Amino acid sequence: MTVAPVADAARSRPESEAPPGRRAGRILWAFALISVLPAVVPLVSLVVRVAGATDSAWSVLFSARTAGLVGRSVLFTLAVTGSAVVIGVAAAWLTVRVDLPARRAWAVLVGLPLVVPSYVIALTYLASFGPRGLLSDALGRQLPSVAGFPGAWLALTLSTYPYVFLITRSALLRFDPALDEAARGLGASRVRTFFSITVPQLRPAIAAGALLAALYTLSDFGAVSLMRFDVFTRVIYAQYQGRLDRTPAAVLAILLIAVVLIVLWVEQRTRGRATYFPRGPRGIAPSIPTSRRAKAASLTFLAGLVTAGLGLPILTLTAWLVRGVARGDELAMRWGALTGSVAGSGVAALIAMAAAIPVAVLTIRHRRRASRWLERGVYVIFSLPHITVALAIVFFAASYLGPLYQSFAVLVVVYAVLFLAQAVGATGAALLQSNPHLEEAARGLGRTAGQVMRLVTVPLVWRGVATGGALVFLTTMKELPATLLLRPTGFDTLAVRIWSSANELFYARAAAPALLLVAVSALPMYLVMRRAGEPVVRS
Amino acid sequence: MAVVSISKQAERDLVDNVRRTIIVVAGALLVAVSLTACSGSDNTLTVYSGRSEELVAPLIEQFEAESGLDVEVRYGESASLAATILEEGEDSPADVFFAQDPGSLGTVAGAGLFRELPVDVVAPVPPRFRDRDNRWIGVSGRSRVFVYDETRIDADQLPASEDELTSDEWAGRVALAPTNGSFLSFVAAKIILDGEEATLAWLEAMEANGSPTYEGNLPIVAAVDAGEVDAGLVNHYYLLRLIDEGGDVNAVNHFMDGTTAGSLVMPAGAGILVGGGEDASTQFIEFLLSEEAQAFFADETFEYPLVEGVEPYPGLPPIDSIATPDIDLSSLADVLDRATDLVAQAGLL
Repeated sequence: MTVAPVADAARSRPESEAPPGRRAGRILWAFALISVLPAVVPLVSLVVRVAGATDSAWSVLFSARTAGLVGRSVLFTLAVTGSAVVIGVAAAWLTVRVDLPARRAWAVLVGLPLVVPSYVIALTYLASFGPRGLLSDALGRQLPSVAGFPGAWLALTLSTYPYVFLITRSALLRFDPALDEAARGLGASRVRTFFSITVPQLRPAIAAGALLAALYTLSDFGAVSLMRFDVFTRVIYAQYQGRLDRTPAAVLAILLIAVVLIVLWVEQRTRGRATYFPRGPRGIAPSIPTSRRAKAASLTFLAGLVTAGLGLPILTLTAWLVRGVARGDELAMRWGALTGSVAGSGVAALIAMAAAIPVAVLTIRHRRRASRWLERGVYVIFSLPHITVALAIVFFAASYLGPLYQSFAVLVVVYAVLFLAQAVGATGAALLQSNPHLEEAARGLGRTAGQVMRLVTVPLVWRGVATGGALVFLTTMKELPATLLLRPTGFDTLAVRIWSSANELFYARAAAPALLLVAVSALPMYLVMRRAGEPVVRS
Repeated sequence: MAVVSISKQAERDLVDNVRRTIIVVAGALLVAVSLTACSGSDNTLTVYSGRSEELVAPLIEQFEAESGLDVEVRYGESASLAATILEEGEDSPADVFFAQDPGSLGTVAGAGLFRELPVDVVAPVPPRFRDRDNRWIGVSGRSRVFVYDETRIDADQLPASEDELTSDEWAGRVALAPTNGSFLSFVAAKIILDGEEATLAWLEAMEANGSPTYEGNLPIVAAVDAGEVDAGLVNHYYLLRLIDEGGDVNAVNHFMDGTTAGSLVMPAGAGILVGGGEDASTQFIEFLLSEEAQAFFADETFEYPLVEGVEPYPGLPPIDSIATPDIDLSSLADVLDRATDLVAQAGLL
């Protein structure tokens, strides 16, 4: 989710390279197309299938219930996006501009809830609240359950605000303070300066963060399902599981895809053409001095965020684990789930890495209309809710893939295609970095072009490819809906284990795999922070 | 030509690199695929299970240990697995379909995808708990009940049938699980007993009465026990599981005595698919009817054993004392999708 800006950076680069040789170009294109077709073809066939089942399809599409579903999903997405933006921007501003103690440490902590999958947050809130929840037990008084809208809204806000926070923060760090100072010098109050100078300059970053939050919310399946809040993804899954007729699930999936495409289109349309970047040498923004009370309030806010998004989930999981062990429950980790997660994610990462190279070379080195469409396609697939793509594959595989149906191969290819954008982004970033000065310098020192490629370009690209692979690996570890629909018989992952235990209310059994998953997910956070040029651990 | 364009040379190197990577990955994939394919050998039994993994996995492990077979289980909701089998047709990789409800089993039977079971295999189970043509067999019984919070509902207020629950007195107090297979089978039974019109009217009245909906039976029982909702329509055994886990439990099962769909006793059952391996599958079905597995159903999943001689969990009323209506379970499948339609039409799904 953090890779989109790379593509923007690519756009502003001059197109310096010569077009590829015709044969090389064709090979690149062949590979690039192979890497997106596994998503495109089933989606097209899904549409065709639904179009064939006109009667029941139309009755689903035009029912009052579907209208309610669309409305509820859209409002829910707006609610989550709104709260994520407010929290994310506030936290970013506090950790960059205000003279709080240990600002960098706070910055790392506030971003950390990113490592907790949304369904794990949801699960821990379900298990903590409610009359019989852990927290009720601990406090000795009955807390209400958070199931439904409040819980879903809370879980998704906590899962999405870090995106807004990270993007806004990196924009703030690159921010030219001259305008702020001018406004203050001309007598504007601090509040007025914030809203009329700072916020407008941050608009592109905030919009990018809000887009990620909105897409994440529309796609999320695990948290809304556990919270029993009926938005698109949950209803699609319920229709798929609960009915013999699969047309309703397919119709709703297509409708959800349409909503996502509209969101992307609106974002494209409204994205300002103007660019906001410092025009002179970058100044260092002075910290804003604050009163003791304001400081205390700010720190309470940040601490509250970290507690809600990270502290409470980890504590709850640990408490359930301890409680389960004390009660003598069977908590034996199923190793099959761990090996399944690692094998699935590992092979998916390898495939994504291989597929990313041709796509990145085409989109970065040879920007033309066709390659721009390719890039757009990769990012659109990345934005689609997994349950819709998985549903399309279920239909397609059963009809056309014969022996590959329900196979490990299909599952990992789907993972790779879904997360290809991450690998392409990282590879593209590396390609951009390798070009052109280093190569020219090496050439100037007498190396041939081939040597330059091998000695300079390839090593740099490979590091990006590896980073992309790592991102894909770790995102795949957390994937839930596509895994539920497409996993081969007997294939198990940590995410599925958590889901299955949580659904049967065996919270203690979900604790061990959930803690493991959080620990493993901490790694991409580290990569993300490093890629954003932020020291993760301050020495 | 001696002079090769520099960028072309670079391009070619890169393309070579891409090609090499892809060959390596393709190799890895091939290995993975062949590994997957190999697992489908003779010693493997593939079961599609509509029963949840948390409940039946230990039973499957017992069977593996005793038979020496490898059992691959695909878990899901019964209806979804039935739909999957219908899409797969005769080529389904499944050998056995182990479902939560007669409706899903009957759907597969109706499509002609089950083998007829040998008479001596099905003999221990009473005829009312098996298919009329022996295409599937019930292995454990569950009764629909009205689960309630005894701190909020007095014993003399308890309903005699689900039909009483549409009154104002129960507004917003009775939870339903509209996507659950057992609930849908209950609706299907209601269609057979009361007709479509009355069933739709009942569902609409429940919806209008503000009945909260839940993912499944267990969440309802937990919610009732937690005081989140006063009562719910569920299967009898979830409460026993909660009691078994310890702690004070406020929820109580009420077996309604109105001889309506609300007190239906239904079997979970299994059938062998036409493309399934006969020997291993039959062995599995026989295992499910063995004393050991029947005792597992009684003591671990708290269902009614269906084979004579195995006692149900202490404290449960005898299965013959439940006021279950008399319907042919094989016919449930014919109205199952109608049931889903009505539930959706009533705005519950």
